[in-house]
Amino acid sequence: MSEAHDDPGTDGDGGGNDADTEIDAENGGGNTGDGSGVQIDMISGERMDGLTSMEKIRLILDGVHEGNIVILEEGLDPDEESKLIEVTMTEISPDEFTGIEIETYPGTEQQQNGGFFDRLFGRESRTKLTVIGPANRLETLHKDETLISTLVTRR
Amino acid sequence: MGLLTGLRNSIARMTTSLFSGGQQQRRIGIYGPPNAGKTTLANRIARDWTGDAVGPESHIPHETRRARRKEDIEIERNGKSVSIDIVDTPGVATKVDYTEFLEHDMEEDDAVRRSREATEGVAEAMHWLREDVDGVIYVLDAAEDPFTQVNTMLVGIIESQDLPVLIFANKIDLDEASVQRINNAFPQHETVPLSALEGDNMDEVYDKIAEYFG
Repeated sequence: MSEAHDDPGTDGDGGGNDADTEIDAENGGGNTGDGSGVQIDMISGERMDGLTSMEKIRLILDGVHEGNIVILEEGLDPDEESKLIEVTMTEISPDEFTGIEIETYPGTEQQQNGGFFDRLFGRESRTKLTVIGPANRLETLHKDETLISTLVTRR
Repeated sequence: MGLLTGLRNSIARMTTSLFSGGQQQRRIGIYGPPNAGKTTLANRIARDWTGDAVGPESHIPHETRRARRKEDIEIERNGKSVSIDIVDTPGVATKVDYTEFLEHDMEEDDAVRRSREATEGVAEAMHWLREDVDGVIYVLDAAEDPFTQVNTMLVGIIESQDLPVLIFANKIDLDEASVQRINNAFPQHETVPLSALEGDNMDEVYDKIAEYFG
């Protein structure tokens, strides 16, 4: 990520676990107060585990609407990704919100198909780091199996 | 999707087939990114087998902004007949910026309206994918990089629904087309090369549709 002035606020809202890596602004979110930086929210898999699909989507899109870059430690499952696209579309508004840019590492074929026991027990591999941001601020420069390189611009 | 859910779906499909008197109507969604040639393909299939078209085609992205269904398309292959409904869907994207339409000599009001309709159409297409299709034809422009996030996500979503899927490498009439690049991006699925515009390789297209969705 080329530009990352993290908000110094730490998770103090009591809603998460101490081990969470989320950087959670309590002072309005989005850019830092003076507009000099870009806020990055890194959300742990543990924190996402306790949320419903719509709560996860709301958490992501609320952050993105604020202009934040959201990084998910474990990504979303395919059904949640489908709903994320659908909800994003309903919130696009000319001159205000043009949608999201999203990047994940592509799973290996083994991860995509899952092992036999994973399929038997309905477990799906979700260990795919995911970066989501406003489409007008996050631009993917390069992506391959091992590297996602993005450019984050200020408003 | 877990094995048990997949098993339940397979049993449901088999039961439907057993009690439907043989031929079963399959609803096949044509998905893919904007400008991959989905409507050109839908029109080619519809014209070849019914004489009618499905909808207008355009080089401007998001020409298709509502899912359009063409019912009762009977495809005959090797003495058998397969009956399908095809659903031409809007190109899936995670962003729609009306200012991009202005580059196509569109007035601002028209561009804003097109943008609004496009977002509604993409949301509708996602809903169809979760609820209302029995199989998917995923259309890619063989001249473009297939290794995009939207393609990866969409194919993942389709796989998670345990839907049969065929990947069509469209626009092979273009010099820059590379079917191998699409094969490499999605090696877990069969890729069929074609040009929906020129009608190239349509025999194999119909063979595969009958094989996968019949």
